Amino acid sequence: MKGITIDDAAIVMAEADTVATALDDLETGREFDLAGYGFAVGEHTVTLTEQVEFGHKFALEPIAEGELIRKYDEVVGEATRDIAAGEWVHTHNVESTRARPGDESDGSDDGESAETDAPAAATEGER
Amino acid sequence: MTDSEVQIDPDDHTFRGYRRADGRVGVRNVVAVVPVSVTASAVAERLADDAAEWVRATPHQMPLDPPEGARDQIETVLEGIGANPNVAGALYVSLGTERIEADALADGVAETGKPVETLTIREEGGTAAALDAGADAVDRLADEAREARREDADASELVVAMECGGSDATSGIAANPAVGNACDRLVEAGGTGVISETPEFIGAEHILADRCTTEEVRERLLDAVDRRERMAGLMGVDFRGAQPSPGNQKGGLTTIEEKSLGAIAKGGTTPLQGVISYGHRLPLGGGFVVMDSPGYDVESVSGKVAGGAQVVVFTTGRGSTTGNPIAPVIKVTGNPNTYQRMTDNMDVDASRVLSGESVDAVGADLYRRILSVAGGELTAAERHRMEEFAINDIPPKELAALGDPT
Repeated sequence: MKGITIDDAAIVMAEADTVATALDDLETGREFDLAGYGFAVGEHTVTLTEQVEFGHKFALEPIAEGELIRKYDEVVGEATRDIAAGEWVHTHNVESTRARPGDESDGSDDGESAETDAPAAATEGER
Repeated sequence: MTDSEVQIDPDDHTFRGYRRADGRVGVRNVVAVVPVSVTASAVAERLADDAAEWVRATPHQMPLDPPEGARDQIETVLEGIGANPNVAGALYVSLGTERIEADALADGVAETGKPVETLTIREEGGTAAALDAGADAVDRLADEAREARREDADASELVVAMECGGSDATSGIAANPAVGNACDRLVEAGGTGVISETPEFIGAEHILADRCTTEEVRERLLDAVDRRERMAGLMGVDFRGAQPSPGNQKGGLTTIEEKSLGAIAKGGTTPLQGVISYGHRLPLGGGFVVMDSPGYDVESVSGKVAGGAQVVVFTTGRGSTTGNPIAPVIKVTGNPNTYQRMTDNMDVDASRVLSGESVDAVGADLYRRILSVAGGELTAAERHRMEEFAINDIPPKELAALGDPT
């Protein structure tokens, strides 16, 4: 299959990825030995610091706030706070780098009516 | 006879379908009862319910007088449904005050050479009279449909729509890559494979852009993605929270980029030959193409079927049950729990990929299944008469701010 399965319980979609996806409901303390796979994150052992449900992700290495998260050898988001190796990676510590409200107003687009500008500005202020 | 008893020839790309007057091949032989607006939807549904199983209605919520840009899109979809080769004949039902003219739609469909009729509820003298006259019209169309016979056809005559709904982490890991593999096989055999849901290209558009065959296609693709992304900002919609949906998030998808990277896997690996507007005619023998559609799966499927797709392959991680009134929908899941819990709604178990089977092997099975369904094998959604239909509406504010999508 595509991706590299570790210990029949998690899958890393590409060698450069910084997260793995759980293929089972995984318990706190579960260890994954990364030696021999050729992952960019290194050859260390990752220990889960919390439960990770089937389909959810955990960090293969420490990821600092503001750093990009890689899956499929692509960017899937940005860390909103420091994430430890073995920590569950999801919406509580990662956000999209795309399609944020208000983003359209800093583009080069102009000529939109005042009517559409006003609510956009209000939305921006709330967030 | 079970599947295992069938001798499969890997070089056999044929199926038996209904060749229509315009040369296109249908995989089903339905009479379509198409309401022109919401005011005719109930009558259309009643007519189909009271008729044979293969008389299908496409009820929807579009108003009597939609704004101009939105109206063009609705017209395109309504005409496209009648023109789809799975449709042997079509009846357009209107109240009689719609800005969209049933006769104009019928004329468009008649160009394909198939029988078309119209029914106007006010002219007939109300609901009861319209149901009587409509039943007669359906009978006439059904008589002609009964004359159609399946004959030899080839995969190169298929337009297959790839769709995903209720995605979770397994969609991008197992089901979508398997569908992408089947899409590659279809394209190799000369057919057309189409993916849509433009918001779900956000964060993965650079991969699709690199696959575009011309600079023009590339620009069209990137413009479409940019437009959908601005639309989200314009409406004050925060993609965080709405895309991925709460269900997607529960299934492990964190951001729109992650969802998109998994979603585009449905489109396989062949060059991207074109970008088609929502509901517009999809090319025959067109290779891999994209339809610019919203991210709502039922509208997205309806748009591709209006474009002429005869078969839909629909992946779901969390367990979507939706079908379509006109085209068979093959349900594929990459989630082993969903497959076991909802076997009755699923056609293909792609979770075999998670337990070590190759994407190539599952893709090969899926490709065979597409041909088999094209030849008449019923899908789970068909057995359950799941026949969801919806037309994408363009809100006035988007129309004003972003201009016509075409």
